[in-house]
Amino acid sequence: MKKYLSFFRVRFLMGLQYRVAALAGIATQFAWGFLEIMALKAFYETDASVYPMTFQATVSYVWLQQAFLAFFASWMVDTELFDMILNGNIAYELCRPVRIYSLMASRNLANRVSRAVLRCLPILVVAFFLPQPYRMGAPQGIVHFLFFLVAMVLGLFVSVAFFMFVYVLAFYTISPQGLRIVFVSLVEYLSGGVIPLPFFPEKVLRVVELLPFAAMQNVPLRIYGGDMEGAEMLRALGLQLFWLVALVAIGSALCRKAERRVALQGG
Amino acid sequence: MERKIVSRVRLYLHYVSINVRSAMQYKTSFFLTTFGQFMVSFQVFLGIYFMFLRFKSVKDFTYSEVLLCFSVMLLEFSLAEMFGRGFDSFSGMIRSGSFDQVLTRPRGEILQVLGSKFELTRIGRMIQAVIMFAYGITHCNVDWTVLKVLTILLMIVCGTAVFAGLFIIYAALCFFTLDGLEFMNIFTDGARETGKYPLGVYGKKLLLFTTVVIPYALVQYYPLLYVWGRTDKVWYAFMPLLALWFPLPCLVLWRFGVHHYKSSGS
Repeated sequence: MKKYLSFFRVRFLMGLQYRVAALAGIATQFAWGFLEIMALKAFYETDASVYPMTFQATVSYVWLQQAFLAFFASWMVDTELFDMILNGNIAYELCRPVRIYSLMASRNLANRVSRAVLRCLPILVVAFFLPQPYRMGAPQGIVHFLFFLVAMVLGLFVSVAFFMFVYVLAFYTISPQGLRIVFVSLVEYLSGGVIPLPFFPEKVLRVVELLPFAAMQNVPLRIYGGDMEGAEMLRALGLQLFWLVALVAIGSALCRKAERRVALQGG
Repeated sequence: MERKIVSRVRLYLHYVSINVRSAMQYKTSFFLTTFGQFMVSFQVFLGIYFMFLRFKSVKDFTYSEVLLCFSVMLLEFSLAEMFGRGFDSFSGMIRSGSFDQVLTRPRGEILQVLGSKFELTRIGRMIQAVIMFAYGITHCNVDWTVLKVLTILLMIVCGTAVFAGLFIIYAALCFFTLDGLEFMNIFTDGARETGKYPLGVYGKKLLLFTTVVIPYALVQYYPLLYVWGRTDKVWYAFMPLLALWFPLPCLVLWRFGVHHYKSSGS
């Protein structure tokens, strides 16, 4: 466990070096947040009666999404890992006395956390002081806030576990580009990255809610604004736990199998 | 003069053919990227589709009107990206030092940068734009006149010019920063994203900004009002021509950048 923690630490510190990039990123994400809220506002003003959440909840949803973009963004895949698998450098990693799955997972986690740490606070602080209707709201209540924190951590783990699954699949395909394209769009859409899940038609939503994608940003971002409550909240957390265990189990099993039969193409 | 233009066009076409042929060497990669481009904008379409299953309209614009709007914007954007990709990825050229090579050749640097990349993969987005466009025009009961067809054509040409201008600014800034500025995405990708709905729905301030500062409302909102028959003012049809001022300062900035260019030394 200790060695994975130090892998995490090294990566994390490395990620913190890119401060100017983070500043540019913050500005960009701000503008995106505004544009998104403006579009939602247009719909809200058109017909508030069919708007599926409270408007305040969607505003908080958007700002949290922008602040923690690095936790869940599907296009932020670590191409280094794909390259390592493609060019054969993964062989060096295989020589080390570590489990490749845990190694890659801790790298991935560190990348995402370090990016988010640099970006989330400035975005959130400013979002709290914006004029209405753009101002980010306080959490629904103290219980909601605690559940929000738990769901956030679980959501981050689920999204890392899911991408680990995609990385491991790259061992089997050689050309990971196609995999990446399909999964990036799929995750982005079905996790509520384009429009929040409550905006989906009800029948579609009933299925989508059960998928692993809904266990990522969907849960914490909706709990925060009070869009999920009581039993629904607990059920969602349960699903998050279930998918986390399932994805890690499948991913690490596939990974172990790949390790045994990996054929390096030279290079 | 005439011969000069012909020779430039010929050179550019040659560049294009080289680019296309080299892309075709990696056919799988080409088709996958094209497919990826399609998927990215298809998500946005699905987002609009789901929204309109729930809402009947957005600020009294209907679904087919929004699709028409989005498709024109997407077409303009992907055309600009297809031709102007060289500017979009210009930071790489500066960092690798290949811009020094460009300057030593006896040809205009804009032509060479334009020719350095030709992204045929943007066809993926265009296919989608064309399908939505076809749906949009068949469902929103426009009485087509010659002038309205002309308006649409003007929108596409001038809109491509506006987006190309944005790419040129993006590239020109690289002269000073050496690296691409992520912030510029707000204006390029942001324009595409906001442009999926008629710009009037966002309120007066954004409409003013997109009319006066970065004039993409001139190639989207106003001429479409005329096409939809929501206004009688015929001069709205010619608004796209007004947007043509925009690429000029972009080119000036570019010239300024070239004059101040210091090689990164790579």
